[in-house]
Amino acid sequence: MIIFDKPKALTDVPLHYCPGCTHGIVHRLVAEAIDELGIEGKTIGVAPVGCSVMAYNYFNCDMVEAAHGRAPAVATGLKRADPENHIVFSYQGDGDLASIGTAETVHAAARNENITVIFINNAIYGMTGGQMAPTSLPGQVTQTSPYGRDVKACGYPIKVCEMLAALDGPEYLERVAVNNVAHVRAAKKAIKKAFQNQIDGKGFSLVEVISSCPTNWGMTPQKALQWVEDKMIPYYPLGVYKDRSAKEAEV
Amino acid sequence: MSEKVLMKGNEALAEAAIQAGCRHYFGYPITPQTEVAAYMAKRMPKIGGTFLQAESEIADINMVYGVASTGYRVMTSSSSPGISLKSEGLSYMAGADLPALVVNVQRGGPGLGGIQPSQSDYFQATKGGGHGDYHMIVLAPSSVQEMADLTIKGFDLADKYRMTSMILADGTIGQMMEPVSITAPEKKEYDKSWTVTGTKMQRKHNIINSLFLDPDELERSNFARYEKYAKIEAEEAMAENYLMDDAEICVVAFGIAARVAKNAITEARRQGIKVGLVRPITLWPFPVNDLKAAAEKCHTFLSVELSMGQMIYDIRMATDCRRPVELCNRAGGIIPSPEEVYAKIIDIAKKGGNL
Repeated sequence: MIIFDKPKALTDVPLHYCPGCTHGIVHRLVAEAIDELGIEGKTIGVAPVGCSVMAYNYFNCDMVEAAHGRAPAVATGLKRADPENHIVFSYQGDGDLASIGTAETVHAAARNENITVIFINNAIYGMTGGQMAPTSLPGQVTQTSPYGRDVKACGYPIKVCEMLAALDGPEYLERVAVNNVAHVRAAKKAIKKAFQNQIDGKGFSLVEVISSCPTNWGMTPQKALQWVEDKMIPYYPLGVYKDRSAKEAEV
Repeated sequence: MSEKVLMKGNEALAEAAIQAGCRHYFGYPITPQTEVAAYMAKRMPKIGGTFLQAESEIADINMVYGVASTGYRVMTSSSSPGISLKSEGLSYMAGADLPALVVNVQRGGPGLGGIQPSQSDYFQATKGGGHGDYHMIVLAPSSVQEMADLTIKGFDLADKYRMTSMILADGTIGQMMEPVSITAPEKKEYDKSWTVTGTKMQRKHNIINSLFLDPDELERSNFARYEKYAKIEAEEAMAENYLMDDAEICVVAFGIAARVAKNAITEARRQGIKVGLVRPITLWPFPVNDLKAAAEKCHTFLSVELSMGQMIYDIRMATDCRRPVELCNRAGGIIPSPEEVYAKIIDIAKKGGNL
């Protein structure tokens, strides 16, 4: 009897991610959602530029690689091409989604574009070797903030869920983490809901996943998960920031 | 719509795109191409199509990238500054071999420039525009009828070769009204096995991508693309030869400049000057053979351009610099008058030249 298996929506190739990186967990959660909803055959994923640039190799559904930050616009095109038959998700990091692609993110949300966005916030540019991200914490040391992020010079981190929640457009915004089992379970539920919303035609659904980057944070995987708990989550509180349908149901 | 109707060039282009089966349009407002977007905004909802005003040209070209990945016909239109913003996307589309139609109704530059007609995006259109080694098929309409015909042709070439076609028009051709007849083209079948429309659990996943971290693989993809380009250069170049049979002077001009040049040539012919016109219809591929043939019998070439002189380099290359190539140009949104072109032809005729 098989009690634990690889999701069908993942290809059978080794991931290129660093040891202790949480991309692998989130890939798995996305794939499990696709499997459970039975949508692999109609799903098209959009990979970003950043550490998950090669996500197109890891998902069994059709995949598109987008230019840096443009995934929500590419996803808009893919969805509008055949809204009845395409389930479209983008998978983006913090530099991609909250810096170079801020306009595309905000406007896709404002349009309530019926897509699913998986947003990995690990407070650093991983692929290019650890530069300051739009979500790097005040005081955080990175390659381009060697004395710590100075908010006087570089401003403050962007809280994506809070920012987008100010818009009338988006359907669903939730921030989750994957640094312990309870958080992983909650993340799974949120990601599945973000796909279910699209199937139900409800609109723009974004799940921000607070993630770790041991390599560029210069920590062991265990310490990195602790840093998520101690530093990241207090700055980026977990929870549902918008759930229009649930709110309407209450009224 | 096969009967003749009076339309603006931009509207004729938009209607032709719809007749060609385009049901997805993404754009951002900019003068002087706004009629294209306005026409699409009215028509697309009535025929089950998509019109979407994007947040920027950067976003709209990426929406085009998304639809193009699914194999459906898709287009965007803009004017010069907007095309600069789209150029990132155009490079990615070239790298991913995606078919689409992009329209540039040019205005004067550089920078914000002006809103009057220009041809100063010739280099940008024919040499790439974005980063990396690539070309687009560039079509240059010279009338409202050609705005329609070349739009249909542009979609066909894009699908045939899996690449972007650009209509390089100018503010005059876009804005002026002429009688035009637009007929839905015959539907052709193209290979769409590469598209992403969902695997339906029937095939391995398709990937639309321009990233090749292995330099050997990236080099191979470049060489393969340039083999395709060589075939296009051999088979798809188009030009109109006007009064070239006995010509000793060859005027070269496209778009609105060619119409001005024809007036000047008519007047010069009245004065007994043997002058003709080669009008490139495709700017890439450049009609090299027509110019080579002209170089056999013409002692001097005259490039008439609404720019500081950009096509003139391609004329020199096509003719291997065998003949002098002179320039008659205006810039900044000003169109040379037939008198200016005529005066230049008279100058050349007086100087004469050797074969």
